[in-house]
Amino acid sequence: MTTARRGSSVQAGNPVLLGVAGLAGLLLILELVPRLGLVDEKYLPPTSTIAAALADEAGDPAFWTALSDTLVAWAIGLAIAVGAGVLAGLVIGSVPVLRALTASTIEFLRPIPSVALIPLAVLMFGTAIESTLLLVVYASFWQVLVQVLYGVADVDPVAFETARSFRFSAWARIRHVLWPTALPYVFTGVRLAASVALVLAITAELVIGSPGLGQAIAVAQSSDAVPTMYALVVVTGILGVLINLLARTGERRLLAWHQSVRGEVTV
Amino acid sequence: MLEVKGLRKVYRTGTREVEALRDLTFTVENGDLVCLVGPSGCGKTTLLRCVSGLLDPTSGDVRVDGKAVDGPPPGMAVVFQEYGRSLFPWMNVRDNVELPLKQKKVAKARRAELVEQSLDAVGLTGSESAYPWQLSGGMQQRVAIARAVAYEPQTLLMDEPFAAVDAQTRADLEDLVRQLWKRLGVTILFVTHDIDESVYLGQRVVMLSSSPTVVQDELIIDLPEARDQLTTRADPAFIALRTRVYEQIQAAKRNAGQ
Ligand SMILES: Nc1ncnc2c1ncn2[C@@H]1O[C@H](COP(=O)(O)OP(=O)(O)O)[C@@H](O)[C@H]1O
Ligand SMILES: [Mg+2]
Repeated sequence: MTTARRGSSVQAGNPVLLGVAGLAGLLLILELVPRLGLVDEKYLPPTSTIAAALADEAGDPAFWTALSDTLVAWAIGLAIAVGAGVLAGLVIGSVPVLRALTASTIEFLRPIPSVALIPLAVLMFGTAIESTLLLVVYASFWQVLVQVLYGVADVDPVAFETARSFRFSAWARIRHVLWPTALPYVFTGVRLAASVALVLAITAELVIGSPGLGQAIAVAQSSDAVPTMYALVVVTGILGVLINLLARTGERRLLAWHQSVRGEVTV
Repeated sequence: MLEVKGLRKVYRTGTREVEALRDLTFTVENGDLVCLVGPSGCGKTTLLRCVSGLLDPTSGDVRVDGKAVDGPPPGMAVVFQEYGRSLFPWMNVRDNVELPLKQKKVAKARRAELVEQSLDAVGLTGSESAYPWQLSGGMQQRVAIARAVAYEPQTLLMDEPFAAVDAQTRADLEDLVRQLWKRLGVTILFVTHDIDESVYLGQRVVMLSSSPTVVQDELIIDLPEARDQLTTRADPAFIALRTRVYEQIQAAKRNAGQ
């Protein structure tokens, strides 16, 4: 009994510990590969060099400005996309005619890669932050809209008829039935949009040269500061992880009821 | 008084037509407890949705105290068969019961009073903060009944409310309905496919044929007012009545088969 249990726990292991060990291993390999001369240090500096560059950056006010520019563009873009996506989703989703009317348009506009709008962004806003915003909003908006549409479609007809039978006003039906049903989908949409928004913010800065981390990466690359370039890439990665973590935690906290309902068979 | 006259409902989906109700006429006097009994698929839910104003009939009309129903009338509450889906899972028991009262613009103090009284009446005092999905099926249906009772309706419609709960719970809930009806003086239209249940609960039983649905027969249940799961169900009068209902429903099936 005891041996069996010990055996299985060794097999499963502690996922957090294993994850940390895996990451440490990767960093070690990245340290060794250039040091052993397997790859030119010029293109892939050892981990320690990148870490040193990262420390340098942390002491540079320009880095913090770039970081804040990226985060501001990300946050404003995401906020606009979420607001517009939720509003449009609730309106379109609850009016069947609108839904039918917009379905094909949405299917056409949604797959257009946001980066295809770069020329338009430059034309309209040059290298100002609005260029970044345009791309971020366009990419994130669809993520939210589509999820909200799924959410509204998921409204239980019995719950809805219950609200009607108790003579809820149209607004009360949205507020108390539609919205809570759609909320888990809204969260999924926001989580997806948050990641996409970061990708697009960095891309826009990188390609267009609007202020932010992406632009800093481009500058580091063109001035041959390869370790700095890597250090900045690492920062964007960390941002991505943090954003995802934040979104998931918020989701779990606010939707306790939904987690519990999901697994249950409804009568 | 609830009047249903010449009610007909045809569902149209694309080119397909389903005549769920052909021609239904019956009335329920204020304060009566009438059971509608009919086989599954005969249109009982369709009928209740027409009566509660959730669905427009194809022809015929429904009147409550002389007023034609178009849209959910005030003073009416519905208890659905699917209690698990009728309660809002994102709200606890208290909020579920209270929300319709807020919509009805009942003052706050009165709301608290009604919620407490109605939960007490269905034996759920102490479960106010629980979420519906934390409760058993029988308890969930009690919450739905409490929500309807707190609304202080003149008319209560119940659509096979106990079809999905176990036999013991079902017996308890049947007695609860009789008890609430006597205490509140509310008009109840209770729909079921269960012949014994209809005879046990009702003052009157309206029998529906199978589809295409018409009223097959009506029967006054002249059993004593005080009913008891053991003695009433063993009463020869009860057995005679349930046999009558059973025969009518069988006859309806034969007619439909011809
Ligand atoms: N929304 C609908 N669209 C088309 N047909 C329906 C719809 N609702 C019910 N029906 C059909 O109407 C008939 C009666 O259904 P229903 O009223 O649910 O019966 P019951 O409640 O007695 O079981 C059934 O044949 C059913 O398939
Ligand atoms: Mg039914």
